[in-house]
Formats: sequence, structure tokens, C-alpha cells
Amino acid sequence: MTYDLLRHAADSWGLLFLTLVFVFAVWRAFRPSARAHHRDASLIPFRDESPNDD
Amino acid sequence: MDALLFRSGGWFCAFLLAVVACMLAVDSAFAIQMGIVAVAALVTLVATLRQADFETLGGRSGRPVATGYYDDVIRWGVIATMFWGLAGFLAGLYIALQLAFPALNLGLEYSSFGRLRPLHTSAVIFAFGGNALICTSFWVVQRTCRARLAFPALARFVFWGYQLFIVLAATGYLLGITEGREYAEPEWYVDIWLTIIWVSYLAVYLGTIVRRSEPHIYVANWFYLSFIVTVAMLHLVNNMSMPVSLFGSKSYSAFAGVQDALTQWWYGHNAVGFFLTAGFLGMMYYFVPKQAERPVYSYRLSIVHFWSLIFLYIWAGPHHLHYTALPDWAQTLGMVFSVMLWMPSWGGMINGLMTLSGAWDKVRTDPIIRMMVLALAFYGMSTFEGPMMSVKAVNSLSHYTDWTIGHVHSGALGWNGMITFAAIYFLTPRLWGRTRLYSLRMINWHFWAATLGIVLYASSMWVAGIMQGLMWREYGADGYLVYAFADVIAAMKPYYLIRATGGILYLAGALIMAWNIAQTIRGKLRDEAPLADAPYDPALDKPIQPVAA
Repeated sequence: MTYDLLRHAADSWGLLFLTLVFVFAVWRAFRPSARAHHRDASLIPFRDESPNDD
Repeated sequence: MDALLFRSGGWFCAFLLAVVACMLAVDSAFAIQMGIVAVAALVTLVATLRQADFETLGGRSGRPVATGYYDDVIRWGVIATMFWGLAGFLAGLYIALQLAFPALNLGLEYSSFGRLRPLHTSAVIFAFGGNALICTSFWVVQRTCRARLAFPALARFVFWGYQLFIVLAATGYLLGITEGREYAEPEWYVDIWLTIIWVSYLAVYLGTIVRRSEPHIYVANWFYLSFIVTVAMLHLVNNMSMPVSLFGSKSYSAFAGVQDALTQWWYGHNAVGFFLTAGFLGMMYYFVPKQAERPVYSYRLSIVHFWSLIFLYIWAGPHHLHYTALPDWAQTLGMVFSVMLWMPSWGGMINGLMTLSGAWDKVRTDPIIRMMVLALAFYGMSTFEGPMMSVKAVNSLSHYTDWTIGHVHSGALGWNGMITFAAIYFLTPRLWGRTRLYSLRMINWHFWAATLGIVLYASSMWVAGIMQGLMWREYGADGYLVYAFADVIAAMKPYYLIRATGGILYLAGALIMAWNIAQTIRGKLRDEAPLADAPYDPALDKPIQPVAA
């Protein structure tokens, strides 16, 4: 594994792969079907009265 | 009984090993450090045996707040955060005064600026910030997962082991032990100790998440977890080094030249990105909604904020090495990613601020909310200033000047400091089961002292830094530099004094806080008028007299 190989892997397939992962993560956040789930998740800090496993 | 024998025997072996290392030490500084380790092992041994006795006598005395969550470590963490904060701010004030009055170096190597500066940076970042992150993360992960902290004994080890790391690092700097790597000065044996602590921390944190009763992992935990995982990765790569002797304090880095420089700043900038930003954003995404009593403005935006920070921050480090031997493409890469970071940072700031939409009056009536809003404002300001300074043209003026120091402190004092103070004000009455804090008005005094201190600090360093940069690059008609280095230093003196005044105010604010927290823990309530009340005028509180005809 040479520097040259790593360098070219990074600015071609590596870059493409990471960009796609990022686009996927953002798409998951923005898709309309996630809205109800997000509303529910944002209320988690207010449901902390007691731990369930005690 | 077997377990007790095994544990106390283990600590005794650690004590013996430290004593042996102390005796075989090739330099006196290493001997002193191993002496500290031996004392720590002995104290732990005694504590282990004493605690075991209490248990056999029929259970320890009840905790102040009887909930199912494991909060002992968090209570210690709050106190440690306050203690190290005061120590770190005091060290910072002292070195600020040393710059204005060099006689304060005292002519001793131990109290010279070069040794006290890493003491200050490590005390505020790792001791104050680190303890705040550890204790708030333990609070947040339990509450948002609605599960008791996993491995409480390991959590206690993380807390006390981390304090030993801080003591070893701090005493090491005073003794002249350093790797000379920014924000990673401790030598190889302290690095190994921190690795053990950090892996244990990860185990406690992940263990709690695995045991969660809440199906979704709340976004604050994503930020905390990315902070823990990334700091582990950064720490391991940046500290790859070979010790000269197994019983000596000196080691040499695995890298050389520009590779070493890039490794250091890949670490250094991501310490800012993942320790001082991602970790504290975890705090923000829990404590701001809690104190405002409304959910975060946009949960979706918080997720986009998270992924954008993760994907961009890791590439920004090269902007610390503009116009050096680093290849030009790498410098440009660092610059471009730093500028892109501006967007998620401001998205996060807006998300935090807009959480208050519909409740903006709380900024007037609730001093904790006011602190949080100021923290977010400084998060926004320093994440605008940072990308601007990473642009090569700006950096050619700002680099190596006190502008950088001003930038760092607007982020550290404004963002990290204020959000930590707010979180501790939130936690203290809840952790010790008090109805409220000792005094809300004293939070207000703290707020204004700290704010004024930051304003003096940042504005004086902007002026000083830009002046310094312009003076350094000033050429005369004959092609010679106009100013000698000493001329620049003489011109800086008034700004150093203004900066030290800002430091005094910030420290004064922290002292007010320490008093307030201590009194709250003691269970006292200050007799004071509430901060906001509906107006009432007894003179007008009567019927209008009918006018005689």
C-alpha cells in the first residue's frame, strides 16, 4: 500500500463513498415519513421521571 | 470477600510497581511522577478497604436524592468541574499578567510562562471541560435512555482515574515534562493511562446506551458518543511515540517533519471540533430544551447538524499550517472545509436559539437561559470568525498573532464556559435535592461579570492581534522591516493589561458561582427578591374617590 495508491483511492472512490453516506444520512433526516418520529424523539428529554429498570 | 482481597491486592501491586518504577527512574521528574502514582494507589487501596467495611456493617448511608439513577459520580464531577475551573482560570490570569509584567515569572523555571501556559490550557480544556463533559454525559445518557448507568464501579474508576491523569499532567508541566504537542503535552506513560480511562469511559457510556429503555437514541447522545470515540482515535494516533527508557519521562514521536506537524494539527483542530464542540453540543441539545421547557426547535436540523459536523470537521486541521512546508493542496483542502463548516455551525446555533421561540421572555426572567443564549451567540460568533481566519489571505495577517488567542477565548470563555456554567446551575439543585439554587441573583452577577470579561478579552486581543500582524509585515521604502520585535511587544502592553482585566472579571464571576454552588450544596437559600414579578404599586391600589359636586 503506497502513498500514491491511498492518495488516489481517497480522491476518487473514497470521496464518492463518503459523499453518498452523507447524502443518505441527510436524506433520512429530511424524508417526510420521519416527521412523526422526530417529533416524538424531540420529547425524550421530558420523559425522564424514572428509570424503568429499578 | 474474595473480590475484596483481589481488588485491594491489585491496588497494592500497583503501589509496589509504582515504587519500583520510582526507584529505577532515570530522571528525577519521572521519579516524582511515579511517587504521585504510588500515593494514588495507596489512597485507593485504603478507600477500597474502608468502603468494604461500611458495606458489611449493613449498607452505606442513603444518597441525598433517592432515584434509580446513579448520580454519585455526577455529584463529584460537578465539584471537580468547579475546582479545576477556578484553578485553570487563575492560572490563565497569572500568565496573562506575566505577559504584561515579566517579573511575575519569578526567575524560577517552575513558574515560567512556558511551563504555566500548558498548565492553563490543559486545566481549562481537560480538567474543567473534561470533568464537565464526563459528568453531564453521565446525567444525559441516563435520563434520555431512561436506564441506570452501566458499570457504576467502572464509572467511579473513570472519574478518579481522570483526576489522576490531570494531576500527573499538571505536575509534569511544572517539572518540565512535555511532548511539546499542542493540547497533548503529557508524556507517553500519562497517555497510556488516559487511554485506559477513555476506553473505560466508552464502555460505561455505550453500556448505558445498550441498556436503554427508550428505543430512539436522543441526539445529544450522538454528539457525546462522537466526542468519546473521536477523541480516542485522535489521542491514539497523535501520541504514537517511542519512550527513550521504560523508566524515563522522555519519548520521541513516530512521525517527523511536516507529517508530524500535520498529525499534531489534525489532532489539535479535532480536539477543538470534537472535545470543545461536539461534546458541548451534546450538553446544549439536552440542557437548553430542559431549561426552556420546550423541545429543540428542529430535531431534523439537529441530525443534519450532527452529520455535517462529523463529515467536515475532520478535514479542517491543515488550516493551522498555511504557508508552511505542507503541500498547497492540503492547505487549500483545510481552508475549504473550514469555510464549509460555517453552515452546520450556524444551523446548530439557530436551532439552539430558536428553541426559545415563543418563550423569549425567559431571557429576561431566567438567568440560566440568559447564559445559554450568550453561549449560543458565542458559538455562532467564534464559528464565523474561525472559517474567516482559515482563509489564507486572512491567515497571513492573523497567524502567530494574538488575534488567534482572542478567537480561542471567545469560543472557550463564551461558548464552552457559559454552557458549562448553565449546565452546572441546572444540575446542582437537582443532584443535591434542593428546592432551588442558593441565589438566582448571583447567577445574574456571574453572567454580567463573565460577559464583560469576555468583551474586554476578545476586543483587546482583536485590536492587539491585528496591530501586531500589521507591524510585523510593515516594510520601509528601503526594503527593511520597520519595527523590531521589541517595538511590537512594547505596543502590545496596554492590550495585555486590558486582557488581564477581562480575566479578573471572568475569574470573579466564577468565584461568585463557586460560592453559590457551595451554598446550594449546603442547603442554604439566599433571602432575596425574585428576579421578575408582576408590578404592584400600593399607592395606586385603592378605588378612585368620587369627586365632590
